[in-house]
Amino acid sequence: MGVRARASGAVAAALVLLLAGCSDDGDGESDGRITLRFQSLAWQQESVEANKELVKKWNATHPDVKVEYVQGSWTSIHDQLLTSFEGGEAPDIIHDASDDLADFAYGGYLADLGDLLPERLKSDIPEASWDTATFGGKVYGVPFLQEPRVLIANATWLKKSGVRIPTPEKPWSWSEFRSVTKELGDGDGKFGVAWPLKDPVSATLNLSLSTGGQLFHRRADGKAEIRFEAADEVMPRTVHDQVNIDGSASGSTLGMGGSDTLPGFFGGKYAMVPLGFSYRQQISQQAPKGFDWRVLPAPAGADGLAQGVSPQTLSVAEDSPHKKEAAAFIDFFLRPANMVRLARGDWMLPTGKAALKDPALRTKKDDWATGTALAGQLRPAPAQSVRGYPEWKDKIATPALQEYYSGAIGLDELRERLVKDGNLVLKRYQR
Amino acid sequence: MTRRTSGPARAGQYLALLAYLVFLAFPFLWLISTSFKPARELGSLHPTWIPKDPTLANYRQAFDEQPLLEAAGNSLIAALSASLVAVVIATPMAYVMARHRTLLARAATGWVVVSQAFPFVLVIIPLFLVLKNLHLINSLPGLIMVYVVWALPFALWMLVGYVRAVPTELEEAAAVDGASKLRTLVSVTAPLLAPGIVATALFAFITAWNEFFFALVLLKTPEKQTLPVVLTHFLGAEGAADLGPLAAAAFLATLPSLVLFAIIQKRITGGMLAGAVKS
Repeated sequence: MGVRARASGAVAAALVLLLAGCSDDGDGESDGRITLRFQSLAWQQESVEANKELVKKWNATHPDVKVEYVQGSWTSIHDQLLTSFEGGEAPDIIHDASDDLADFAYGGYLADLGDLLPERLKSDIPEASWDTATFGGKVYGVPFLQEPRVLIANATWLKKSGVRIPTPEKPWSWSEFRSVTKELGDGDGKFGVAWPLKDPVSATLNLSLSTGGQLFHRRADGKAEIRFEAADEVMPRTVHDQVNIDGSASGSTLGMGGSDTLPGFFGGKYAMVPLGFSYRQQISQQAPKGFDWRVLPAPAGADGLAQGVSPQTLSVAEDSPHKKEAAAFIDFFLRPANMVRLARGDWMLPTGKAALKDPALRTKKDDWATGTALAGQLRPAPAQSVRGYPEWKDKIATPALQEYYSGAIGLDELRERLVKDGNLVLKRYQR
Repeated sequence: MTRRTSGPARAGQYLALLAYLVFLAFPFLWLISTSFKPARELGSLHPTWIPKDPTLANYRQAFDEQPLLEAAGNSLIAALSASLVAVVIATPMAYVMARHRTLLARAATGWVVVSQAFPFVLVIIPLFLVLKNLHLINSLPGLIMVYVVWALPFALWMLVGYVRAVPTELEEAAAVDGASKLRTLVSVTAPLLAPGIVATALFAFITAWNEFFFALVLLKTPEKQTLPVVLTHFLGAEGAADLGPLAAAAFLATLPSLVLFAIIQKRITGGMLAGAVKS
């Protein structure tokens, strides 16, 4: 071997040793002390502060089990977790949304929390919320925060128009909502409502629960199938007609996200915008001084104010060697007072019954009380446990609904595509 | 012989150039403007270029909430190391591929082109497993290795063009004058390749500086994360964003690339021209 080759070999070996030396062994245990990694997706300032403070509190009172706070991000969370699971490097405690859990649960990446959680926590969260994170009879996440879709309205405009102001006890029906928006719009650049439907599928499915629409049905053999029935038509037809027949809804916002509609809302172009409850935070920060806004319940149908949601969840990785300790941390993290702090930080509703009773979440300020009044009507989003839903959503339902809402296709064509093409997709996942 | 351009044609060219510059500068200027706007101005239906009530609050909040300086340091280490290593490896390889046009060299070039088409998600899991076995998950050296591998094909492709632009006659003349092969490479070829090497290094730097997905997946602890990953912490679910602090942090994130471009702009221009024409 020549001098040059030997030198190259030595450099390569040194490089590998250096690289290995710089790495993290991450075994989660040192000096007999357990270390749990908690990956949180909190992102709003108050929420991050609340998360960090609770972790600090835990660490101060639990010298043997240290929790390490890791800031995650909603962007690419699914791919990031999938890679971590495959590589056996997943965080011990995982923050995610319930509609993202099905694949991980069926893939065997998440621990069944059924026997790990204390009775206090189990009984504090309603059955409907547990259903969002239960797959095949096993509990793969603890749902802890959720938000209904509400109508955020320009209160001055509404008062001036003299329309009946809906309340959770006496909401608008879908047909009343349509006539109110007709009355509010002037057909000349001012609209009764602006639907931000960049992602039209979850909004359509979740709001259609109020009219009894389900779209996804379980057959006797347990397989899912899509049916687009009369109850499924009400919500999409209302939006379509507002945009294309009445001119009471702005067509240009159909391709927008929620935040994109806010300047127009503040600028007096739209009387109402259907948004998630947490958007109140942005509105309270960004609304011009003196802008009077309020939260109204979404329209009701045959099933009242029922609405689909995908709560935020906390799960434990199946590979975690310290599942019991992780579950204990979750129990601590979600005690009623803590749940209230987290909910206020994210401007969302807690799932816990005890937390929901907290006066801080029943105040009129920022219309917390309206949201709290809707909490009992929230149901699991209809499609979240259906395998193949993401593909159906991206390839079939999103373009079909976008075309329907913009008036490019009619209801029959929409039905044909959602059902016929959709069932072909589902079939592939249910062989 | 050069053709003279008429007055109106020249004015048209300048106008087109100006329009192009405005087009390129718009997002950047808008970013700067947004970063100085208070929350209430961000929600205005009639946005203005110059903030009516400029504030540094977004910058303060961005620094308070996220470890931006540490993240920038990590990004800088990763990007500088990756570009340096990529260039050191790619330069001799490119020389061989350009000067010895064998079947193997042609196959290697083909592979380089094909490798650029691989989506990240296709390679991330095997890569993750390999790095895990090397104990290189959650380490900057691991990330740098990935960046080097990722940048190498394109760097190689760029450099092959630059090497081919250096006339072989110059090397032959040096050989006739008695210079050894190594001396020829160091004293004749390398100086002529310098602009190309700088351009390639800059390409590798910017690729690594902006890269998000590998860093997101491979780095676990907050103190190791790079700037693009930390920027996403200002984003919520369904596209919600803390726009002011995000704009402030994003503006800061663009600065190093701009500074680097400003410093070595002349060399890049030279490098690009050198690679553009074959002898």
